[in-house]
Amino acid sequence: MRRIDFHLLGPLIALIALIIIGALLNPAFLAPANLSNVLARSAFIGLIAVGMTFVITQGGLDLSVGSMAAFIAGITIMAMNALVPITGVNWGTIIIGMMVAMAGGLAAGLFNGALITRARIEPFIVTLGTMGIYRSLVTWLSDGGTLSLDSGLRTLYRPVYFSGIGWITWPIITFAIVAILGEWMMRHTRFGRHVEAIGSNDRVARYSAVDVEGVRLASYVLLGGLVGLATILYVPRLGSASGSTGVLWELEAIAAVIIGGTMLKGGTGRVWGTVVGVLILSMIDNILNLADLVSPYLNGAIQGVIIVLAVVLQREKRATDNR
Amino acid sequence: MKRRQILSLPLAAAVLPVAGTGAALAQTEGEAKTIGVAIPSATHGFMGGLNWHAQNTIDRLGETYPNLSFVLATAGDSAKMVSDIEDMMATRNIDALVVLPFESEPLTAPVKSVKDAGKFVVVVDRGLSEEGIEDLYVAGDNAAFGRVAGQYFADNLESGQKIVVLRGIPTTLDNERVEAFQAAIEGSGIEVLDMQHGNWNRDDAFNVMQDYLAKYPEIDAVWAADDDMATGVLEAIAQAGREDEMWVIGGAGMKEIVQRIMDGDPQLPVNVTYPPAQISAAIEMAALNFVSSAPMAGRYIIGSQLITPENAEQYYFPDSPF
Repeated sequence: MRRIDFHLLGPLIALIALIIIGALLNPAFLAPANLSNVLARSAFIGLIAVGMTFVITQGGLDLSVGSMAAFIAGITIMAMNALVPITGVNWGTIIIGMMVAMAGGLAAGLFNGALITRARIEPFIVTLGTMGIYRSLVTWLSDGGTLSLDSGLRTLYRPVYFSGIGWITWPIITFAIVAILGEWMMRHTRFGRHVEAIGSNDRVARYSAVDVEGVRLASYVLLGGLVGLATILYVPRLGSASGSTGVLWELEAIAAVIIGGTMLKGGTGRVWGTVVGVLILSMIDNILNLADLVSPYLNGAIQGVIIVLAVVLQREKRATDNR
Repeated sequence: MKRRQILSLPLAAAVLPVAGTGAALAQTEGEAKTIGVAIPSATHGFMGGLNWHAQNTIDRLGETYPNLSFVLATAGDSAKMVSDIEDMMATRNIDALVVLPFESEPLTAPVKSVKDAGKFVVVVDRGLSEEGIEDLYVAGDNAAFGRVAGQYFADNLESGQKIVVLRGIPTTLDNERVEAFQAAIEGSGIEVLDMQHGNWNRDDAFNVMQDYLAKYPEIDAVWAADDDMATGVLEAIAQAGREDEMWVIGGAGMKEIVQRIMDGDPQLPVNVTYPPAQISAAIEMAALNFVSSAPMAGRYIIGSQLITPENAEQYYFPDSPF
């Protein structure tokens, strides 16, 4: 390789540059405690973005994930609170709560997927609709306020977000495992190859006897399940859910996927790139907070510039590829 | 944010007739009057509390004054609120309007036409863009909200001690609060290490506070400026195990926070009010305008009070969602 392959390595170079800049601006950036914070924060968007990679790669889109996470967090908290008088404050209750979250995520994903594949409605419209539905439902369930987890359960459940193996907390471990499994699925399983085939050309895929609607449906269910998993890790952090939980997570997840080199029109998916994209997004936030570089009013502008730059690096290569 | 509100519009509560039919019950005392109440829908904690207080006040006044009936409408955006007000005028023939304008500009003309029709108009919290339309203006005091908090910091910290500040969503309202806060601590020698936006959101405040804690080895106090943000801040402090180092002042009087102040939590010494119950004051005054001869006109600014362990009980509303 005579020249650096920006198309492939662009996001990684951007991430490394950010890490170097962060370390130069404030030595506290590389402290284990700070890295642990940043990685654990990335886990929610990260899990969702891994699922989103599959959905976007098959040519779909899901705008409802942020609202879905808020809604699932709401019903999970309500389910656990309702169970406390029956099953008491113990891990059994929490495990039932986790199962509610998983089931809720899978059901919500199935609902989106069924509307898209069976009723044949554009994914943009379906998920724009469900985004409004879930957001309103959580506001309604919480009476416009906040749903809070029973304080006893809270204390018991808290370590799921805050503890782990040393400073590598459970959200980080979960994110790492899901990312590795996701990359493996995309590269080495029939499902992953079908997802890419459908995204490249769904008609050819159909003629090649790929179960197009089935694979599409599965990708939305997978994403829903990962939203459920993200919620399981989110609830112990603050023990609450409200109408403002998970606002704009969908856009952050989509941005991470695109920064990572997956094409918005589908066909090519890179899970490891998505992981890099997620880390870039959360590190920008962290560095801006640590460094007093610019007025806080401009934080959004800096983020925008870095997102566009990361994608521009890849575009140049794509143009020379004649693709 | 905006998109979400537009989406939630079809699901937002429609115009709801609430209290009993005043006309039927009016034989006992006074002339039958209808009061329209138009407020934004419950999209976040503070508005949730405001909606709850509005509903509560209407229920109570409906029982106390059988000749009064109420129409409550909640709106997810300005256009819906304008339609609500037009509907109230056209179909419910209201005698008074209590309105918390969703935005000043778009609501000014519609409220003015209500006033021109000879109705009694009460404007709450956000002023209209033209002066002198309303009969009565009821609002909280944003400058005092910042000043009272700043005063507490100035009185309870020594020169050279360090604080961090979390700001809300960048708005004029947030600027007024922060400017008043800075004016109040001026000359006290308190060092403000940092001010970042936590957007009145628990998760954002949690992230910002984690970064403050990573960045600054010494922090003596935090002005979280809002109780949702204070909740996120407290969690970040607990994670870092630095609970004994600093105290936190939130704002607006969320029930969980007021509860902890009542219990004398050293991490949360006091709180500053910005009461969602201001809507109750406005509705009460509109009612008094019809059932008493007390003059109801002018401006009624509700000061921001300091909630301390001693007086916390009177600010504690366990049934409110906020």
